Amino acid sequence: MKWAKEIGPVVGAITLALGVGAIVTALTGYSVPQVFKYLALGAFGDWYQVAQTLTQATPILFTSLSFLVAFRAGLFNIGAEGQLYLGAFFAAWAGFSFKLPPVIHPVVCLLFGAAAGAVWGFIPGWLRAKRGANEFVTTMMLSYVAIKLTSWLVSPGGPYHGAHWANQTVRILTSAQFPRFMRGAQLSWGIIVAVLIAGIIWYLLFRTPRGYELRAVGQNPLAAEYGGINVTKNLILALTLAGALAGLGGAAEILGTHRRFIELFSPGYGWDGIAGGLIARAHPLGAILAAVLMGALRAGGQAIDRAGVAPADLAAVIQGLVILFVVAPELIRYFQRVVRRKKLGDIES
Amino acid sequence: MSAEAIRMEGIVKRFPGVVANAGIDFSLDWGEVHGLLGENGAGKTVLMCILYGLYQPDAGKIFIRGQETRVRSPHVAIGLGIGMVHQHFMLVPRLTVLENMAVGWEPKVGPLLDRRAMRRRIRALVEDYGLEVDPDARVEELSVGEQQRVEILKALYRGAEVLILDEPTAVLVEQEVEALFSTVRALKEQGKAVVFITHKLHEALEICDRITVLRKGKNVGTLEAKGATETQLAELMVGREVVFTVTPEPLESEGRVLLSVEDLSARDDRGVPAVRGVSLQVHDHEILGIAGVQGNGQKELLEAICGLRRPTKGRVRVGERELTGESPSRLATQGLVHIPEDRHLRGLILTFSVEENAILGQRRQPRFAVGPWAQKKRAIRAYAGELVQRFSVSVPSLTAPVRTLSGGNQQRLILARELSRAPQVIVAVQPTRGLDVGGMEFVWEQFLQARRNGAGILLVSMDLDEAMMLSDRIAVMYQGEIVAVLRRGEATKRELGLLMLRGTGEVG
Repeated sequence: MKWAKEIGPVVGAITLALGVGAIVTALTGYSVPQVFKYLALGAFGDWYQVAQTLTQATPILFTSLSFLVAFRAGLFNIGAEGQLYLGAFFAAWAGFSFKLPPVIHPVVCLLFGAAAGAVWGFIPGWLRAKRGANEFVTTMMLSYVAIKLTSWLVSPGGPYHGAHWANQTVRILTSAQFPRFMRGAQLSWGIIVAVLIAGIIWYLLFRTPRGYELRAVGQNPLAAEYGGINVTKNLILALTLAGALAGLGGAAEILGTHRRFIELFSPGYGWDGIAGGLIARAHPLGAILAAVLMGALRAGGQAIDRAGVAPADLAAVIQGLVILFVVAPELIRYFQRVVRRKKLGDIES
Repeated sequence: MSAEAIRMEGIVKRFPGVVANAGIDFSLDWGEVHGLLGENGAGKTVLMCILYGLYQPDAGKIFIRGQETRVRSPHVAIGLGIGMVHQHFMLVPRLTVLENMAVGWEPKVGPLLDRRAMRRRIRALVEDYGLEVDPDARVEELSVGEQQRVEILKALYRGAEVLILDEPTAVLVEQEVEALFSTVRALKEQGKAVVFITHKLHEALEICDRITVLRKGKNVGTLEAKGATETQLAELMVGREVVFTVTPEPLESEGRVLLSVEDLSARDDRGVPAVRGVSLQVHDHEILGIAGVQGNGQKELLEAICGLRRPTKGRVRVGERELTGESPSRLATQGLVHIPEDRHLRGLILTFSVEENAILGQRRQPRFAVGPWAQKKRAIRAYAGELVQRFSVSVPSLTAPVRTLSGGNQQRLILARELSRAPQVIVAVQPTRGLDVGGMEFVWEQFLQARRNGAGILLVSMDLDEAMMLSDRIAVMYQGEIVAVLRRGEATKRELGLLMLRGTGEVG
């Protein structure tokens, strides 16, 4: 009931977006049935394709959680992409530098990834809370710093350049790798870790005093202060946690999918997280569905391209439409709320 | 032109979960001041927002000058000669009066603002209606009363023939109310029609020709003001007999000082000194009122006491303990609770549920949480349920966001939360602001009960009647200082008004 009310409009928006996508496809001269057929087949056609979808969904789930945790505290974490890269690099580093027993090794790698991302969230969090620097700008700037930094680390001449034919590190040890589910598909235990973490974040936000305080700061910082909640501390905490989650996403990518750090390996998972978090209406469990949707669009888009039915650009357009239709009303509502609060104050009688 | 300016028939407006207007008929004549009375949530403001085009009715008809009309937006309403002055002013503080009036309706010379033409028209309006205000002053420099005049001027400047005033006296002192009333009378003499929304009965009787009373979204009666009585109106409003005043019984203080403030100074948000060396003491069994025109440092003083603003100088002591600048939660554990001025801004988190709001200051107490990592959901629910029942807060459910509660019930929830912590000192700012008669009565009773139990109460109220009725002593604040402290019965309303406006009681 409560569920249906939340999900209904989202499903409607997706349907509408696919409808408009169909019109665009037709107008550009491609075959609508073909494009949609391959979109569906590419996303859910067989077990291999489902695995593809979920593989893509894994990092997106992490970055969606990253975005929504900050969003719940009233902050915009636009820098998940950079946090993801930094987490990925440090996880890879822990993966090829240490010799540890199997179960422990990936856990250590995840912690390294989380810590690196956390630092990259802490800095803008501190700047925002103590100095008032807009986190929108700082997270984005730091994101580019992280991307360039990791690129340099693995480029020829950089300290971790592992092979002469590509900008990447050496492989991580087998002990650090996430097991995969089926031969030939990259889907790994990363998805299980991601869903587990989504559950933990849900518990944290809605079942602990910490989460209560974090949400209170996001909803009404003045009332939070009045209730004795340390606003500064919670702003820092929220962005640090957001950074850690994106860092975990990067780590899971390395341990499960790539097994080494590769320069510019992410096709924009950090950015997908913004859409994912908003589609989920900032709900950690909703983020699981949102991430699968985003993953399906990516996997389906690749299939369209591969089948030669239409260029990948068209798939990107359809992806964009879905994001736009689902997210735009949410954003409009958000801004309307802000404007209305400013304009009318409280109409009471 | 017929004598009827506006007629609204069968207006229905539903919001999710609430019927704000359930088929209201309303009419307004030219040259009439029509009072709109009702409790909070009775639908007064909603009805007028519909007339002003801010909301679209779900059913019903609106006739303006006898013509059935759809008012699609405020812009249309303004074009039809309807103006509205909201409870919260909609002015740009940084701009001058003239510039504020021009927003949206600029007379132009080419691309430029024709200031000369505007100034001429404003002068004429100022003279016609006695709305004294300097067109070139910046709005942020004006008093609340003056800002209200700007709002009225703005409406008239845009050609308003019908003027809706939404609780215009809520923010004014006695003298300003008199000025407003003479303006309203001047408007009436010019043949304009005025809707006067209020819940102060004596005001309605004084200024209005007819009074319409709304209750629960229905029109329960339209009467001639002449011949109507306060009791009659109050019974219509509430649907039962009510008390308007409470009389605090004389109580002997034991002379214990519960709250002591020494030489306290603080700055306002812009960094300007707002509180200048204030000292005061609140004793057991005592209500100390602080009177003053808004913006004379009361807000900053209270925030400095309650740990929401860092004092630049001075000390705050609760009982024996010095607690200057301590956090609100620490103060609360030491027996000082705060009923904040703005329910929505400070007191509640509107999107949070009733339960969640019930534990705002106590979320980490062992009865509601195990460390920072687990909440005792069941205990929280039981506690919220108990509060709601004991203070008769009417809520749709404990998990409903408090946004869905009426203003009166929101205030009850805050009182329930804070007063059930058995405080020694209660610091309350405008605790009855925007409440209806029933709601006020409830708040007053709660305070008197606390006083009976020995608590000391520091009460800031913009409503002089209220401050005078409840307070054992009244301190008048003017420009950041306390200029006088008077015992109950020592001062008249007029004297207090003068003290508030000028800082001295001498007529001059």
